[in-house]
Amino acid sequence: MSIRRKSLLTAAGVAVLSLVATMVTSVGSASAAANCDPFAGYHGLKGKTVTIFTSILEPELGTMKAAWKDFESCTGVKIKIEGSNQFEALLPVRVKGGNAPDLALIPQPGLLAAMVATGKVKPAPAGVIANVNKYYSPSWKALGSVNGKFYAAPLGSNMKSLVWYSPTQFKKNGYTVPTTWTEMTALADKMAAAGQTAFCGGIGSGGATGWPATDWLEEVVVRMYGQKIYNDWISHKIKFSDPKIVAAMNTVAGWMQNPKWVGDPKAIATTSFQDAGQGIPSGGCNMLQQASFYGSQFPAGTNVSPTGDVFAFYLPGINPAVTTPVEGGGEFTTAFSARPEVQQVQAFLASATYATSRVNLDHWVSANSGVPLAAYKDPIDRLSAQYLANPKSTFVFDASDAMPAAVGAGKEWTEFTAWFGEGKSVADVVKAIDAAWPAK
Amino acid sequence: MGTFISDNAPKFGQVLIAVFGFLAIMSAIFFIAGKANGKKSKPIANIVFLGPAVLLLGAGLIVPTFQTIMFSFKNDTSQKWVGLANYKWIFTDPDIHLVLFNTLLWILVVPVVTTGIGLGLAVLMDRMRNESIPKALIFMPMAISFVGASIIWRFVYNYSTRNQPQVGLLSAIVKLFGGQPQNWLLVKPLNTFLLMIIFVWVQTGFSMVILSAAIKAVPADIVEASALDGAYGWRLFRFITFPSVRSTFIVVLATQVVGALKLFDIVRTMTGGNFGTNVIANEMYAQVFVQFNQGKGSALAIALFMCVLPVLFYNMRNLRLERSHR
Repeated sequence: MSIRRKSLLTAAGVAVLSLVATMVTSVGSASAAANCDPFAGYHGLKGKTVTIFTSILEPELGTMKAAWKDFESCTGVKIKIEGSNQFEALLPVRVKGGNAPDLALIPQPGLLAAMVATGKVKPAPAGVIANVNKYYSPSWKALGSVNGKFYAAPLGSNMKSLVWYSPTQFKKNGYTVPTTWTEMTALADKMAAAGQTAFCGGIGSGGATGWPATDWLEEVVVRMYGQKIYNDWISHKIKFSDPKIVAAMNTVAGWMQNPKWVGDPKAIATTSFQDAGQGIPSGGCNMLQQASFYGSQFPAGTNVSPTGDVFAFYLPGINPAVTTPVEGGGEFTTAFSARPEVQQVQAFLASATYATSRVNLDHWVSANSGVPLAAYKDPIDRLSAQYLANPKSTFVFDASDAMPAAVGAGKEWTEFTAWFGEGKSVADVVKAIDAAWPAK
Repeated sequence: MGTFISDNAPKFGQVLIAVFGFLAIMSAIFFIAGKANGKKSKPIANIVFLGPAVLLLGAGLIVPTFQTIMFSFKNDTSQKWVGLANYKWIFTDPDIHLVLFNTLLWILVVPVVTTGIGLGLAVLMDRMRNESIPKALIFMPMAISFVGASIIWRFVYNYSTRNQPQVGLLSAIVKLFGGQPQNWLLVKPLNTFLLMIIFVWVQTGFSMVILSAAIKAVPADIVEASALDGAYGWRLFRFITFPSVRSTFIVVLATQVVGALKLFDIVRTMTGGNFGTNVIANEMYAQVFVQFNQGKGSALAIALFMCVLPVLFYNMRNLRLERSHR
């Protein structure tokens, strides 16, 4: 082999190598340049670590990590997240033991209040306040506050205020989706006149039988009286025997125990909530109030979409003074440290940038109004987000979850089951529930 | 499969370490104990052989019993002593009265029916040809758990709302005789008896098999001798067969009483304790693990324990008498 040929080969080799190298760097710099812009406002995070503790587990945990991967690579911060199914029991232990995480994603306002009471929770920094004021409705901010002081920004959320129906059946029968409570009752009357069952219902759920009925009452209470009275009801400042709650129970009775609309109201007590809506696609019954997760209860292959076999509409409001009442759940980013890097990560999690990148990855709903609705791929997610992120929405948490377990997971379930199944009177039901409230 | 093994390899490793560790410790103890001789060998042997059992019984049974007794005198978060308040609650709350009444009903009805039918079947099938076939069929539900059986029987008692076909077997049978289908699980107090049928269905096979074995053990010469004396049919059963299997009958009956007292799965699966069908075990579970009322739940557990004790003592006394006769 001549010297000339050898050098030529070497030159070619170098050229190829450098080409590959430029390709690699250009790909790297291109993606970095495209994705680092939104993070320009975050400084001094390089080499810092922020720990998060949550009840969220794999595979959702992995999706969360993917959603903040660009943030980590651009700012140089390291976010260490740890999920545990014992979160609610472990968090107080860790906080008491001086081993609190930097951030905790707390899924109940009650636990947030308990943590604030320990004095270890840091108030929300300016960056978080700015994002929450900009993107979240005041009722969400109120849920992240304890005694009027704002601590925790919302992160994920889910919606219960939905009514499942069949778009194809509605189209066939010439029904339109109701947008007010009066329209809904008028539609139910129309269905009854046509010999159809307007509302499906089932509150059977093994040892938790009765919970769907507690949701119905909660939906009605927030629709009639708004967030303030709803929260007073949770804290038992307003008793079950209060005329307001009794009136709400009578509204529920006129709705889900109305023999004209539901057929046999007593059968609701013995029908499992999973089975309750199975008649919807075929028109066996027409409407079922259930949470957003109910879509997965329909048989595989059911088309869940605005023109499909089943879809949901927003359960309309009752009192016009209560704007867009929504019941649901969500978790709140609570800080146990005021280090600058923690506060910046906290602000980032409350931003529209994070929420949008999370929505882009997978099934997830944010109450952040900065997320474009078009980003949601799942139609039920999009519908939920439309109401959860509405700046005027009156958002409340599940009341029975927030009440003491002796009521919220005990007497309220069993008494409501007796109310539906055995025709126990409202007066007796509220009396028994109030009597079960634990003494302070 | 490959990922399954690689994912679980650490677990298998831990299991192996635990098993071999246990073996190593036990061998060491036995080796050392084996070295002992002379006067000390007997007490050491006692400790080595009884020790582990006593330790496990203590940790798994005796300590929890005393702990539960303590909890039953404390409040729901076990932070304050409340004296007899939890027991007062058991005897004054009308809902708990219903629970106690239902449990009593279960103890009175279920064991008698289960053991009675079991005995009847055992006697009737004793000299049948191919008795193993019907026996196997009747014994079969025994292989199904109470939860599984309850799910099966849910279909039997099923009741559908308007615009949906009735698929429940019980409704179909009632309709055949001109009755109306009903939401069976809501009909009080019939629903408690409908739940008892499930227990009977599962447990009758057990009673039958045990009693049948006892009947087969009655010496043939006694039966023949009594036949010569003119004992046939009912008289044979009344004076020969039943007295011979009486002790077995009592053991089976006692087992069923304890089973009925502890009954939990059927009520939990069928009604969740609603519609007036609640029993002690289900209420105890709901109090402790759903509503986090440790005190009330523990008091119920102790009440249940107290109800089981006399049955156990009777059973033990019976066995002891039996032994002294032989």
